[in-house]
Amino acid sequence: MTTASVRTTSPKRRLGDVVFANLTRTAGALILVSLAGVAIFLTSEGLPAFGAKAGELQGHDNFLAYVAPLVFGTILAAVIALVIATPLALGVALAVSHYAPRRIATAIGYVIDLLAAVPSVVYGLWGIGFLGPKLIPIYQWLDEHLGFIPLFKGPASPTGRTIFTVGIVLAIMVLPIITAITREIFSQTPRLNEEAALALGATRWEMVRLSVLPYGRSGIVSAAMLGLGRALGETMAVALVLSASGVVTFNLISSTNPSTIAANIALSFPDSTGVARNALVASGLVLFVITFIVNFAARAVVARYEPGRKK
Amino acid sequence: MNRTALRRVAAPGIAALALGLAVSACGASNENGGGSSSDSKLSGTLKGAGSSAQEAAMDAWRAGFQTDNSKVTVNYDPAGSGAGVEQFNAGAIDFAGSDSALDAEKGEVDAAKQRCGGVNALEVPNYVSPIAVVYNLQGVDKLQLSPATLGKIFSGEIKKWNDPAIAAENDGVTLPGDAIAPVHRSDESGTTKNFTDYLEKASGGSWKFPADKVWPIKSGEAAAQTSGMVAAVKAGKGSIGYADESQATDLQQASIKVGDAYVAPSAEGAAKALEASPVDDSRTEGDLAVKVDRTTTEPGAYPLMLTSYVIACPTYDAAKADLVKGFLSYVVSTDGQSKAADNAGSAPLPSSLQQKAAEIIDGIKAK
Amino acid sequence: MTSLQTAPDTIAQARVRRLPRFAPAIAGAVALAAGTLLGISLGWNVAGIVVVAVLLYLVGLNIWSRLVENARAATDRMMTSLIWVALGLAFIPLVSLLYKVITKGAPQLNGRFLTWTMRNVIGEPGGIYHAIIGTLLITLAATVISVPVGLLSAIYLVEYGGESRMARWIRFLVDVMTGIPSIVAGLFAYALFAIVVGPGTQFGIGGGVALSLLMIPIVVRSTEEMLKLVPNDLREASYALGVPKWKTIVRVVLPTAMAGIITGVTLAIARVIGETAPLLIICGNTDSSNFNLFGGQMASLPVFIYSSYTQPGRNPEILQNMAWGGALVLIIIVMALNLIARIAGRIFAPKTGH
Repeated sequence: MTTASVRTTSPKRRLGDVVFANLTRTAGALILVSLAGVAIFLTSEGLPAFGAKAGELQGHDNFLAYVAPLVFGTILAAVIALVIATPLALGVALAVSHYAPRRIATAIGYVIDLLAAVPSVVYGLWGIGFLGPKLIPIYQWLDEHLGFIPLFKGPASPTGRTIFTVGIVLAIMVLPIITAITREIFSQTPRLNEEAALALGATRWEMVRLSVLPYGRSGIVSAAMLGLGRALGETMAVALVLSASGVVTFNLISSTNPSTIAANIALSFPDSTGVARNALVASGLVLFVITFIVNFAARAVVARYEPGRKK
Repeated sequence: MNRTALRRVAAPGIAALALGLAVSACGASNENGGGSSSDSKLSGTLKGAGSSAQEAAMDAWRAGFQTDNSKVTVNYDPAGSGAGVEQFNAGAIDFAGSDSALDAEKGEVDAAKQRCGGVNALEVPNYVSPIAVVYNLQGVDKLQLSPATLGKIFSGEIKKWNDPAIAAENDGVTLPGDAIAPVHRSDESGTTKNFTDYLEKASGGSWKFPADKVWPIKSGEAAAQTSGMVAAVKAGKGSIGYADESQATDLQQASIKVGDAYVAPSAEGAAKALEASPVDDSRTEGDLAVKVDRTTTEPGAYPLMLTSYVIACPTYDAAKADLVKGFLSYVVSTDGQSKAADNAGSAPLPSSLQQKAAEIIDGIKAK
Repeated sequence: MTSLQTAPDTIAQARVRRLPRFAPAIAGAVALAAGTLLGISLGWNVAGIVVVAVLLYLVGLNIWSRLVENARAATDRMMTSLIWVALGLAFIPLVSLLYKVITKGAPQLNGRFLTWTMRNVIGEPGGIYHAIIGTLLITLAATVISVPVGLLSAIYLVEYGGESRMARWIRFLVDVMTGIPSIVAGLFAYALFAIVVGPGTQFGIGGGVALSLLMIPIVVRSTEEMLKLVPNDLREASYALGVPKWKTIVRVVLPTAMAGIITGVTLAIARVIGETAPLLIICGNTDSSNFNLFGGQMASLPVFIYSSYTQPGRNPEILQNMAWGGALVLIIIVMALNLIARIAGRIFAPKTGH
């Protein structure tokens, strides 16, 4: 690495050097401290919720019963988003890295970045004002024809504000991050592998399947997990769009939907007091832990494969 | 080189700052307090927070009071009743708006006493607004429901619009066989608390849940805020919900059974119901908490309404006392109440309550 | 890239029968015609026609290719089509979203909308001046906190930390930190100031702290990448002249990487300026302009949009339209920042030959 060679050629240290080095080290340490601070402050403000009496937690007996349906809803929405977003993102990434001519590819890349730049509250406006109403006929059709599948048991939501709509909105929101990472990895596929496949008479898709995808496998996994992390924590779009009742159900198209941790915080925080507010902070801590684990795992996957990827 | 580096780092920041200053230099066009006509001696800033139901009325009061007293700024943060009481008790704000009276069991009364330097806090009703039962049924322009039927509808016991229980109360109305889709608020709200309180007390047992800010049943369409509720009912065929009457004017509204008659939601009806309700006499003097009588049989009364309070201290620092007194006097005055009625569609306080409230506020003095 | 793409064609042409070059175009035209015909006769809307046409195209081209060419070529064509379909699907929401925001928001934009606040405004459209001020101040505060911390940390990682255990941990946790949900950042700031200042505290600087938690990792990562790109020769030349290490970093390394760093910082600003959830919790909302970061609730554009849309009061049309107007302004600001980032990158790029 570059950094290692810098250290070996360091000149002799002076006072300014000592001060500056310590300054930078302090800044680095500050990041570690702030991350620990997040955990500490959330715990200290959330702690009273664990001893909460029945009746103080939106009708639940204890904190665990309170947070469990929220965790379920959070994960369900994020998984729907991921199932929709990953194939799309892979398609877009391949289009940019291997299919589109260079100039068009750059343009596509910029447009996808625009998707990432749209603030989440605007996605919420769009979801509630445009997407939801457009999906109502589809939900009614699913309810009528595929109602025997538990996922589409219905009755179909009359407003389109379902967890499935939320999943679609979230999918659009995580698409840019998954696309950005996978296209980066796809374009790093060793040229020799690709040319070898083509020389053997492979079609373009076979070349992609035999050289590009296997090379990028760990990258795809970690990109998907990073997308998952983003979807888990998304707040405003969910709070605006979802008709949330806090139940546990796999019924994707009815108006009775599970809520998510983040949306529940945004909706309940302003009008809550005392233990209820502590419970919201504690549920935020749970969300922090979940996203931390997901991101930790994703980065660990990347880190494991990193040395092999670098030239 | 060193300077250049710093300058380069600073450049975007300075640019942003400059932009901010440029925009701010002229100030907001509508905030230049040019009230030369005002000869009020009052000046300073008041801070309030709490009930979001009061927001529209509070806007009217603040605008009216600030126009009369150009050197005064009144801020009101519609953060929610709970947040308002909490901030008031912590001493962060001068007055609070709350959709429910201070709760002695939760220690709110004591906390408020402590915040006011050992004297009991003042609490007067300042905002009364009917809650309408809104529905969406094509061709059914008039719907009458008793509280018992309402309780069954909202707890999911009655599932179809042409249920015999509904039909019995609506002679001559052709009810469709559509499924009923009850809509409730997904956020914590005073409207939900008052609606569930009404159902609990008036439904005669068909509604089995205690009054709460959070909707107790985990099914049905849920919508955030009054606007979400209105939008959901408007969009969903066969749906029924509850919303502040003033914000639900373009929806079909049901009449509810009071005594032997059916009463449509109206500001006057709400005021009548409040007048017919006793003041909680377990409270201290200066605490005008009303025990709303949900089962009143007073003709024309509409007991499904939200009563909101303003909470303040009896004594303030010399600088604040006149301000608080001036503003709150205006709020409960005839002028203030009619301003709120115009802007928020609320009911003017019944005169007996208004008089008592004015007397209590008149007692605010400097320490 | 181009040479790669034409290669299989020539090889394949030599051996097997191929569909004509314009085969996809023919299939597309036929599918669209059939879809339209079917759609009109059955009374579908445009979306239905397009969906059916795309399906017809996929199936039709596949069968045609299977008949004339072979299964492998058919699969190849199918996958190529699917990839373009994926791209199209990804574009639909963006186009529809921009269309909706522009058509709903553009009629709102006028002088009054940008220079008025909502103070004393009742029953008529007001302005978003207070929200713009709040957004600028809060974001400025976040930038003032994030840039020094992020910059110094990146310098530590590249110039001092190297592969030490602490540097590895920082690098790893910074990556993990980029995934912190924004609402958690808001709760952190809320919990922090509830303990330090007092319960229920809401003010602008809290928003700055919350946003900086989201911004620091982005600044660190982009700065680190940029510092790594600075050639070692420059550093060594400087050391050889007897310049101390810290001076080398400040005077040689940083100026060289400045273009990339500024781009990274601007993109980080663009990323956090649209955050709603943390500001909702820690900054609250108000309808007057507030220039004091350390006292009182402060409005911001995203929170204004959210609260205007969800709590529009008695005349919902007015405030909800203003929310769309606010959304358009916010998008314009974010897009402008993205543009500035690119332009700044070009302007501050080190001049070659100096």
